[in-house]
Amino acid sequence: MAVATRPRPLAQRILGNQPIGALFVAPYIIFLIAVFAYPLGFALYMSFYDYFFAAPGAVVDRPFVGLDNYTSVLGDPVFRTAVWNIAKFMIINVPLTVVMSLVLATALNAKLPYRTFFRAAYYVPYVTASVAIVGIWLFLFNENGLVNAVLGDLAPQPTWLVNEFWAMPMIALLVTWKGMGFYVLLYLAALQNVPEELHEAAAVDGANTIQRFFYITVPGVRPATVLVVILSTIVGAQIFTESYLLTGGGGPNNASVTPVLLMYREGIEQNHPGVAAAIGVLLAIAVMALALFNRFVLERD
Amino acid sequence: MFTGSKTLFALGIVLCLVGAACGGEEGATEGASTAKGPIDIWYSDNPEEIAWGKKVVADWNKGHPNEKVTGEQIPAGETSEEVIGAAITAGNTPCLVFNTAPAAVPGFQQQGGLVSLSGFSDGDSYIEERAGEVAQQYKSLDGGYYQMPWKLNPVMIFYNKDVFKKAGLDPENPPLNTHDEFVQTSQELVDKGGVTAAIWPAPTSEFFQSWFDFYPLFIAESGGKQLVEGTKPQFTSEDGMAVADFWSQMYHQGLSQKELYNGDAFADGESAMAIVGPWAIAVYGDDVNWGVSPVPTAEGVSPEETYTFSDEKSVGMYSACENQGTAWDFLKFATSKANDGEFLETTGQMPMRTDITSVYADYFKANPESEAFADQASRVTEVPNVPNSIEMWQDFRDAYSESVIFGKSEPEEALQQAADSIQQLVSEE
Repeated sequence: MAVATRPRPLAQRILGNQPIGALFVAPYIIFLIAVFAYPLGFALYMSFYDYFFAAPGAVVDRPFVGLDNYTSVLGDPVFRTAVWNIAKFMIINVPLTVVMSLVLATALNAKLPYRTFFRAAYYVPYVTASVAIVGIWLFLFNENGLVNAVLGDLAPQPTWLVNEFWAMPMIALLVTWKGMGFYVLLYLAALQNVPEELHEAAAVDGANTIQRFFYITVPGVRPATVLVVILSTIVGAQIFTESYLLTGGGGPNNASVTPVLLMYREGIEQNHPGVAAAIGVLLAIAVMALALFNRFVLERD
Repeated sequence: MFTGSKTLFALGIVLCLVGAACGGEEGATEGASTAKGPIDIWYSDNPEEIAWGKKVVADWNKGHPNEKVTGEQIPAGETSEEVIGAAITAGNTPCLVFNTAPAAVPGFQQQGGLVSLSGFSDGDSYIEERAGEVAQQYKSLDGGYYQMPWKLNPVMIFYNKDVFKKAGLDPENPPLNTHDEFVQTSQELVDKGGVTAAIWPAPTSEFFQSWFDFYPLFIAESGGKQLVEGTKPQFTSEDGMAVADFWSQMYHQGLSQKELYNGDAFADGESAMAIVGPWAIAVYGDDVNWGVSPVPTAEGVSPEETYTFSDEKSVGMYSACENQGTAWDFLKFATSKANDGEFLETTGQMPMRTDITSVYADYFKANPESEAFADQASRVTEVPNVPNSIEMWQDFRDAYSESVIFGKSEPEEALQQAADSIQQLVSEE
């Protein structure tokens, strides 16, 4: 049609057929630009400069350094340790989160006595401040803590939080336990969408509970599983508080240092925000790649 | 095409925002250095220093109705340095911060956050007259004073006399002079004194932790050397290695713990000794039956010749200050002989003044237990005033933690590596 090929005015092309719609989305767009797009763009900018924070009005020199920040990050053995650390974290945390929260959600979905109590109980750690939980874990797992008192001679030497082997798994366990309530909730919602008829039909065909779990429940909640895997990967990549507090700043000996903790050290403590921004950009790219990979693996049929 | 142009539109917004951020630098404030008027100051957040700060501010305000000073505690944060660093960037620092760490000064200076006190006609002379020879350690690389050395907490070994008695050691003359004596005493304390550790410095990786384990002993061993002199790291010397070996032994034999104590180990009777400054007198005062001894050296140096880490805090004047004339006057007022004396009395910490033992003879007569610290105050060494100072301490801490605390590598090798990277760091610019 001739009408369709005529070039439309510029304003209409940008704002669409209903210009008033732009007004309605404006608050959110502004919010998104202010708290997301602008900082992200600025971080990208910083990562190519020898940037540092300076007083307003101070005349300072922040030369363009190209990829220097990136090469220095990638060449830093501590950064490689940090990447390896979150890899360890995810290897423990992601599968454990998926398995445990699905099993717990299935149990809570059944007609258990005190079901409401348990649902709330699993959710409590999720809404409790990390700092408070870390405090409790410190008391549980220190050299003379409750856990070692129970284990006696079986306790690892050196003890959990200063043991290079155990430091990161301890953090992974803490975060898994703390976040569990949220993922259980996601799965509980997903379970409502698994038709009861399928279970009944399978039962008639002679499938036992375990078979029904694997052949009906697990495929039935697959979209939720994709979400849980991606969310827990993103959370895992951003671990900071636990490394910072539970193991005294990424200790022992950097065995629990994470990329975000390094960003804090470089950007805030040592005033090299350019380097910190480079870490952030690399981390964001890696997380996006990982999330796409997860989606690809989990969503294909 | 349709979605394409929208994406371009969004991208354009982002790019122009970024561009705007990279543009416009404002001009620096001019003529502030003589301006008078109301100012804000921050002081530290412990009860003793708050009490002192309030009193000094009140005294000043009585005589200066047009140059009112408003004092408040430094806002809460993980460390004061972070809070001040953020405030510099935001442009809302107060005029003076009575809690500026010398290790952070090179960084603040680079940020354009500090005012050179040497810019005041009597700046250099006032600082040097008050603090004496030791003031030189606080000069920045360009020869100016960007901080006023204010007060110090020379660190020494605090020990629990009751634990020593229990372990069968003489609590009045504890054998803690040489490294060997110290290790042997520690062994007996752990064996018989009922403590988990002989001494329990924080074994964590924060950049500043070395100031309270390696550094004081290194200063003592080397007769007052800094970690780096000029651009040359000093800690790989024989003296540095002796101290590294000493701490390795302490950790290796379980006389110091590799895990952070969840609380105050010394106050809880979990450790028999602590490395502390005179602030500890007010804190442990009556709860612990304590004694004090200089930090140990390999061969044992007499107390009158032992150097230690100053754990000094300075006063910085910050560039966001509009009435710098008043700020300078108030700084001199707050560090006058009378107000320094008031500070000593209220907090137990040592003002950075020459001859404090004679100037405040009355105080030390009334508080003889402080005298060891006061005497020590004349033999102190500061952290070096070098570029990338915090990064340098972090590098050192990482190497120390790996080799000395956790024994994953040879201290000599690890510290040599740290020395190489530190030499580069401090030579930048």
